[in-house]
Amino acid sequence: MTLDLAVRGQKIEVVKIPDANIRAQAIRLGIYEGAQLICSEKLPAGPIILQNRMQEIAIGRNLAKKISIKAV
Amino acid sequence: MECCHNPACSIEIPEGARKIVLAGNPNVGKSVFFNAFTGMYVDVSNFPGTTVDISIGKYQNDVVMDTPGVYGVSSFNDEERVARDVILFADVILNVVDAVHLERDLFLTQQIIDMGIPMVVALNMMDEVKRNGLKIDVDKLSKELGVEVIPTTAIKKEGIEEIKAALQRARVGNPIPEVKALMDTVIDKVDTASEALLVVEEDENVLERHGLENVYGKREEIYKLRRNRIDQIISAVVSETNRGASFKTKLGRWMLKPLTGIPILFVALYLTYQAIGVFVAQTVVGVTEEIIMGQYYYDFIMGIMTKLVEETSFIGQLLIGEFGVLTMAPIYLLGLLLPLVVGFYFILSIMEDSGYLPRIAALVDRLLTGLGLNGRAIIPMILGFGCVTMATITTRLLGSKRERFIATMLLGLAIPCSAQLGVIVGLIAPLGGKMVLLYCLTIFTVFVVTGTVLNKIMPGESTDLLIDLPPLRVPVPSNVFRKTYIKSKMFIAEAGPLFVLGAVVVTVLQYTGALEVIMNAFSPITEGFLKLPKETTQTFIMGIIRRDFGAAGLNDLVSQGMLNALQTVIALVVITLFVPCIAAIMVIFKERSWQESALIWIGSFIISFVTGGILAQIIL
Repeated sequence: MTLDLAVRGQKIEVVKIPDANIRAQAIRLGIYEGAQLICSEKLPAGPIILQNRMQEIAIGRNLAKKISIKAV
Repeated sequence: MECCHNPACSIEIPEGARKIVLAGNPNVGKSVFFNAFTGMYVDVSNFPGTTVDISIGKYQNDVVMDTPGVYGVSSFNDEERVARDVILFADVILNVVDAVHLERDLFLTQQIIDMGIPMVVALNMMDEVKRNGLKIDVDKLSKELGVEVIPTTAIKKEGIEEIKAALQRARVGNPIPEVKALMDTVIDKVDTASEALLVVEEDENVLERHGLENVYGKREEIYKLRRNRIDQIISAVVSETNRGASFKTKLGRWMLKPLTGIPILFVALYLTYQAIGVFVAQTVVGVTEEIIMGQYYYDFIMGIMTKLVEETSFIGQLLIGEFGVLTMAPIYLLGLLLPLVVGFYFILSIMEDSGYLPRIAALVDRLLTGLGLNGRAIIPMILGFGCVTMATITTRLLGSKRERFIATMLLGLAIPCSAQLGVIVGLIAPLGGKMVLLYCLTIFTVFVVTGTVLNKIMPGESTDLLIDLPPLRVPVPSNVFRKTYIKSKMFIAEAGPLFVLGAVVVTVLQYTGALEVIMNAFSPITEGFLKLPKETTQTFIMGIIRRDFGAAGLNDLVSQGMLNALQTVIALVVITLFVPCIAAIMVIFKERSWQESALIWIGSFIISFVTGGILAQIIL
């Protein structure tokens, strides 16, 4: 499934990020293929917030639709 | 050291001085260290070839340089390119990391270690570690990284002296062996180990500087190795003692959720309005523009200049006329704009340093994606209400050319700047709620429709929001003041000459009679289509020179009883949407290509008249 379908509070693992530039920027913030994170918040039709300990990252809905994930 | 490849080499460094460079992620407290090292004697300037500012100061016999906050050494944007070049130029690095954000911050740390530059790590914000239920084994972290790690709480001055001492012992850390092996394959093609790393990380500028093709492409592999290495270090040194969500964490969450976030945003905007729209725009500007600049300065300069030139001559008009280079330009720039710009940058710095700004960006992201922008575009939009010229410069931070065009167009078209807003409010408020609503609705509709249409018809794709939400923190006042000072100074340096040039252009147009010709040419449209008296044309033209001049001109017409309530609204709509002031136009031409700029200029011109015309045909 894709990241936009994650549910608030769900623990997920990133499976695939399609764009090389996004991959390079995301990996520095701790989001990479194989990373396990928590979907800590989901704004209605808006960004998904991913959390890893104290680190929180907002990901726009359109980008979230392109990121494949699986539930853990 | 071979130097010709790096623009940082044009920075003058005294003989024998070490170059100590501060590096770190955004908002980790680098500036506090910088201030602690350098004291008052600091030089802030644009990095060669860019508009990014860097601060340079002296510490004993060495030179200390601050860099923009970045998540890694690469070239995804201007800030990163500048940070990269300054880091490449460094003899010693002081890497400031946020102790509660090691997952994010150590990526840069390990990257600099891989570059092989001697460094010291300041493990900052240690006071927050315990509060957030974390425990960090500092000795083990130091051993893993291979460099000294000093725990600090810079804003309380804890650990600064230890850092100063440790800098003398700075050393090269433990690189990732696989990365080192990759670097060894290209080391003979470049001058330094750091450059070798950037070559294998596919940095386009560094490749170009050495005339190399991108055939060493290993960025993903290296980033992955680095990420694994850091995650491994963190699981070895960080332990969680408990997991209580603090008040700040909760507040941060509330700022994001629309149900609580929108009211919080409205409160923040209301406070901003009180601070800038009321206090600065009325009280402060009342003193700076009308008294200090309008009287003391004006009398002073006129006293000198009238002895030297005839006021009515061409030179006289150019220098001290109605739109004179020595009269209108400085009075406007320093008396009116400077206080507003300082006010806006002050508020923006507070929002930035407190960590609120990225949360606003996430909150409004949904609304802006429909207009082909993402949440980040909220920054130029907020600034636009201060000064469109200043906001247009800030569109640089947007991710693609497409977004920069859309944002610039929307700014030039539908965002009234504070100078104009003051007069508009004064004119429209007495007309009653219905008229206020009509005006706001019209402008808002134009804003949304223009953005939506541009998003539909423009080729390419806008970038998506991918933004770090830093923890909420109380901003450090000295930092906020410093940022405000630097940004305001940069604005005056960049926009000042354009205001002067604008004053010259207008004086020439007026002196040659071209202004009159333009006004007459527009009269038929004004009278026939907009159903407004002919004199309104003059106020529109004045609006190009200074947006508030135009609105102020309307004020005269209204007080003479030449415009009724509906006509006033139409005229205000046109003048708001009408081409931005001459300084903003010049900034647009400087920032965008001339084709794009012409399109923005002519486009906003047509849209303003068509909108006004439609409104006139419907309601009059």
